[in-house]
Amino acid sequence: MSPGAPGADSAPLLVLDGVTKSFGAVAALRGVHLALHPGEAHALVGENGAGKSTLVKILAGAHAPDTGRMTLDGRPLQLRGPADARDAGIAVIYQEPTLFPDLSVAENIFMGRQPLRGLRRIDTRAMNRDAERLFDRLGVRIDPARPARGLSIADQQLVEIAKAISFDARVLIMDEPTAALSGVEVDRLFGVARSLCERGAAVLFISHRFDEVFDLCQRITVLRDGAWVSSDPTTDLTVDEVVRRMVGRDVASLYPKQDAALRDTLLEVRGLSRAGVFSDVSFSVRGGEIVALAGLVGAGRSEVARAVFGVDRYDAGQVRVAGRILPPGSPRKAIAAGVALVPEDRRQQGLVMELSVERNATLARRRALSRLGLLLGGTERAEARQWTRRLQVKTSRLAAPVATLSGGNQQKVVLAKWLATAPRILIIDEPTRGIDVGTKAEVHRLLSELAGEGLAILMISSELPEVLGMADRVLVMHEGRLVRELPRAEADETSVMFAATGQGATA
Amino acid sequence: MSLTDTGAAERVADNPPPDAGRPRRGLTERLLAVRELSLLIALAALVLVTTLRNDRFLSGQSIKDLLLGCAILVILAVGQTLVIVTRNVDLSVGSILGLVAFATGELFLAAPGTPWPVALLVGVALGALCGVVNGGLIAVARVPALVITLGTLYAFRGVDYYWAAGRQINAADMPRSFLRLGNQTVLGVPVLFLVALVVVAVAGYYLRSYRSGRELYAIGSEPAAARLSGIPVGRRVFAVFVANGALAGLAGVLYAARFGTLDAAAGSGLELQVVAAAVVGGVAIFGGSGSAYGAALGAVLLTTIGSSLAVLRIDPFWQQAVVGALILAAIGLDRLLALRVAARLRGRSAHGA
Repeated sequence: MSPGAPGADSAPLLVLDGVTKSFGAVAALRGVHLALHPGEAHALVGENGAGKSTLVKILAGAHAPDTGRMTLDGRPLQLRGPADARDAGIAVIYQEPTLFPDLSVAENIFMGRQPLRGLRRIDTRAMNRDAERLFDRLGVRIDPARPARGLSIADQQLVEIAKAISFDARVLIMDEPTAALSGVEVDRLFGVARSLCERGAAVLFISHRFDEVFDLCQRITVLRDGAWVSSDPTTDLTVDEVVRRMVGRDVASLYPKQDAALRDTLLEVRGLSRAGVFSDVSFSVRGGEIVALAGLVGAGRSEVARAVFGVDRYDAGQVRVAGRILPPGSPRKAIAAGVALVPEDRRQQGLVMELSVERNATLARRRALSRLGLLLGGTERAEARQWTRRLQVKTSRLAAPVATLSGGNQQKVVLAKWLATAPRILIIDEPTRGIDVGTKAEVHRLLSELAGEGLAILMISSELPEVLGMADRVLVMHEGRLVRELPRAEADETSVMFAATGQGATA
Repeated sequence: MSLTDTGAAERVADNPPPDAGRPRRGLTERLLAVRELSLLIALAALVLVTTLRNDRFLSGQSIKDLLLGCAILVILAVGQTLVIVTRNVDLSVGSILGLVAFATGELFLAAPGTPWPVALLVGVALGALCGVVNGGLIAVARVPALVITLGTLYAFRGVDYYWAAGRQINAADMPRSFLRLGNQTVLGVPVLFLVALVVVAVAGYYLRSYRSGRELYAIGSEPAAARLSGIPVGRRVFAVFVANGALAGLAGVLYAARFGTLDAAAGSGLELQVVAAAVVGGVAIFGGSGSAYGAALGAVLLTTIGSSLAVLRIDPFWQQAVVGALILAAIGLDRLLALRVAARLRGRSAHGA
């Protein structure tokens, strides 16, 4: 499996020792160890929020560690910025593509390192040719002269990969690079990674797909809640063992969705389409039911949710709430009809960070709480207290700005805000992204309780265990289309991932 | 929409091979060319219509006046382009121009024998210093440039008023060699316009062909990605404000040479004309695209509208309305082109599906 890799016998190339990083009160990394050996592919696994991306940012020079040491070739390594990391030979493929939409594909690849001709001018022709060569090596055809704007997620990811391999990196870090790629493209990427390894580079590979981890990597490091759990050779591990170390408890008892009596259909979406974003999406959600919308990043799930709620327009189709047509393009009417949307990005769309907890919690109810157009502090506070208590928001006082709360508690305030509108339908986008494990379980229990009370819940989630544990039915989207509907009994990791990567759709 | 499920092998087979041998022009570059061509057409149409009504509009003197009139706005618009491309804006340029123009007059009052190149250098340096103030405040305070330069717009103008204390400097106070700079011509072309041409050519070429120039577009296109690619964002933005300050200083000296009569109000309100010229010239206000050539054409077009409406004896009120309509038309055109391009790019991807 590991063809003659020098591996653990050689001296490590890059070492992280006791690295700690906190953001405000939240500790993202606590004393993490990592040793990357030349010629070895090393996997870093952990649940969402385990600290993998923070670790990547530290290696990329984008964040400075609070404490701990880094060495490269045995010499202390200090990265004052991404340029330092690049000069040290560390290349990073980020989870979310970081391209310049206005610039050409070739410029995106070679930014800051463009080939030059006389008078230090950029040699555009050489740059396009070099980019073409990189794409040949990856076996794809993307026009280097076209702007990056409008590239599909997969093509954007390929540009990122071309960027990373364009300078002969000694350390290649790949943060979930395969999420949007097809099987052939993944094979090509792994081929490139292996040839880098053969030339003595070290590869750090981050992925949720265990088949890929076991296929490519010789060693696996597990992180949990920002702390280092273990580093072992792949040959000593099984998938079950790795998963057990990641979650630190029994998988089966993770997500307690109680069975609830199904009531009437509350939300019905028929033939919803928006050109270039999603097309012909139809589904329904009944009271007491949790329906998960699964799929890869960029499949159009959040866009569908936004269209249903009326934030975005749609070109065709119909949304019915409890049998009555919901007029498109009006969040106000959606709220009045009993629909609530808890968005994915809390900071930007769900909360006003500078305002107090109580103000945020009652933001969606301003109209109902005001008398003669004035907001009265008393009713606002009473209402806020009721919901924050039920959701167990941990805050020193209700007047504290939301920005001072932890991610999990911020999410509870967003929930409180929408539950205060007494919705019949709750659309919740990534309910537990970036929040700690304890709060996660609380959010899940709460969702289950709400469904028990007769709410129809549409949950968008990228975390498979969450989807499988919480949902009565799983709808899988791929490239803007609803490709699969799986009842709870048939939904498992393989069937959902299969559909989400589009393999099931064409078969 | 995308190709994920068709796979790379089919993608190679389905797409026609790009003509790799011949040099191709990228879509972005072609778009810029279309944008600049549309400005030239608008300019030509305007000149044609005006000349049909009054044939003196194309006389030598009239053209000379036009070139003289647009030179200062062109220089300022090019400087502003450097700033806007990085997703910033500098509203203080009118005040910097006023301050430098008055300072130039004061310099000649204090030291009448100063040779004009020295005055030019002093003016450019003073403008650059104002740019340092802008850039430094933006870097330290981490507040949008719009707010900072709105503050320094009033601050620089305040310094100007305090210094002038109601006085006026006249042409008689300045040496003849300096004033000649303002209306001398070389082969019929005003020196002022030649200076502006040099500024446009240098800035345009720099933005297109140098690494740091391209980095300015990268910063404006996606600031977070720029940081991750190791671009020294703070340093580049600072440099851009200093450069723009220096160009505003240059414009200030040329203003003094051209008009001769200086008080503390020189250049008031000019900043909006400058931003308008850049926007009409196709510089995207959210950064990341646009060229110095386009901004310069925008400045020429705005100046020409001013004088052609005067020739046509149209109420000055209409001049404002026309400029407003032109800005809206320019934005509309940009949006239309962007949509066309987006549709084409989608169409390209769809070949493989």
